[in-house]
Amino acid sequence: MASQQNGLTHGINLDAIERKQGTRDLNNETICLEAKSLALFYGDKQALKDINIRLPEKRVSAFIGPSGCGKSTLLRCFNRMNDLVDSCRVEGDICLDDESIYAKKVDVAELRRRVGMVFQKPNPFPKSIYENVAYGLRLQGVKNRSTTDDAVEKSLRGAALWDEVKDRLHDNALGLSGGQQQRLVIARAIAIEPEVLLLDEPASALDPISTLKIEELIHELKDNYTIVIVTHNMQQAARVSDYTAFMYLGELIEFGNTDAIFTNPKMKQTEDYITGRYG
Amino acid sequence: MEKEQRRDHISQQFDAELEGVRNRVLAMGGLVEQQILHAITSLAEGDTKLAENVIDNDIKVNSAEVAIDEECTHIIARRQPAASDLRLIIAVIKTITDLERIGDQAERIARMSQRLAAFERPKTQYRELRHLGELVAKMLHDALDAFARMDPEAAVTVAKQDLRVDQEYDGVMRQALTFMMEDPRAITRMLDVMWTARAIERIGDHSKNICEYIIYLVKGKDVRHIGLEKMEKEVKS
Repeated sequence: MASQQNGLTHGINLDAIERKQGTRDLNNETICLEAKSLALFYGDKQALKDINIRLPEKRVSAFIGPSGCGKSTLLRCFNRMNDLVDSCRVEGDICLDDESIYAKKVDVAELRRRVGMVFQKPNPFPKSIYENVAYGLRLQGVKNRSTTDDAVEKSLRGAALWDEVKDRLHDNALGLSGGQQQRLVIARAIAIEPEVLLLDEPASALDPISTLKIEELIHELKDNYTIVIVTHNMQQAARVSDYTAFMYLGELIEFGNTDAIFTNPKMKQTEDYITGRYG
Repeated sequence: MEKEQRRDHISQQFDAELEGVRNRVLAMGGLVEQQILHAITSLAEGDTKLAENVIDNDIKVNSAEVAIDEECTHIIARRQPAASDLRLIIAVIKTITDLERIGDQAERIARMSQRLAAFERPKTQYRELRHLGELVAKMLHDALDAFARMDPEAAVTVAKQDLRVDQEYDGVMRQALTFMMEDPRAITRMLDVMWTARAIERIGDHSKNICEYIIYLVKGKDVRHIGLEKMEKEVKS
């Protein structure tokens, strides 16, 4: 809102000192992913209970909560990674851009192309840096050399790794440092131009500098991708995310603007957890 | 947050640090309250020795502010407090600024009382200033009490007291004007009286600020500059 200027404040930038009202509000966002009454069972054990959450497009949403609260399980639901677990049963629904991802007609491989995932431990293939990034494209049948070259460079730049590896693209990826490997895996994920990136503890195996690089990368990537991150590191959630969800014992306790969650959470359980009173 | 249900941190060291800061703020508040009372007494009784003590003691108030500020900086750097812990640190940093300013006003009153002691004393013995001073000292006392008990309702009650302080201050000013018109020889002395009344009135404002920080600390709501009525509504909601 532009401030009223009068003679006394002429030439002073009043907008700069005005209070920014509710920088981000979930109600004004376009929703990308939505879980509706989602429940998940591993055999008899219920791991997720009646989860209803709407994740906004081109924003970073963080899931926090103690070990075993279901945050990684929920994350894996978004690209049906849990299908790979035999005893796993899912109730309720998840929609990506308003379409169910659990519908019969859904091609799971295509879903996972649209919803990419990066894990805690960097898992590059034992191939060259170039081949790692080009892998997804080759699977999609891209054969043109220059298309692939461009995509590899673009992805590596996007993952803030290009300058470090451009002179050794054909070296084995396993020779990279842990932080570089993780950024390589992110480059591999974005090479196939997904809509959503799921990050499961992407920095927990990295040193502080590599961690900051990944966080910086997340900040840059959110211009183009919807990002969902699971992290044990609460300060990391506070630093990188626009919205934060707190989960506890398979339930979603609170989901809201990160600033609000970290200054004035509504639920006592959230308060106890983020102030370190949990336990 | 509900204070009776408040749990301890997993880190007992962190608990101890926060408790330490809270206690230091209360101790600083106690010192400042005493400074006000002594300044007012020195004024009412023409006790220049006591006034000198108050002036000397202001350095203790100042160093308390610096020490608590430093401690808060350390806690932020080492613990990255969140939610109610973060609000506590923010509230403390702001509270001690106001306490230090109150300390300055007490020193100002003490200096005025030294000057006024050189004049002929009025029959009233500065009763009206003493009364106003006791009113703001009580305000500060109750504000610190509300801080110690984390009681936002009590904070509102104290904040409302500022209205009365303002009314009484207006009364003192009117009276001083009347005296000056009646007897121009009294102008020098009455100007000092007016400055003193002004200093006392400012203490009321600072105490009200502290009440606002308490409400922020407990309820997470910023109630500055919204008026007493809205403030009360926010606290009750």
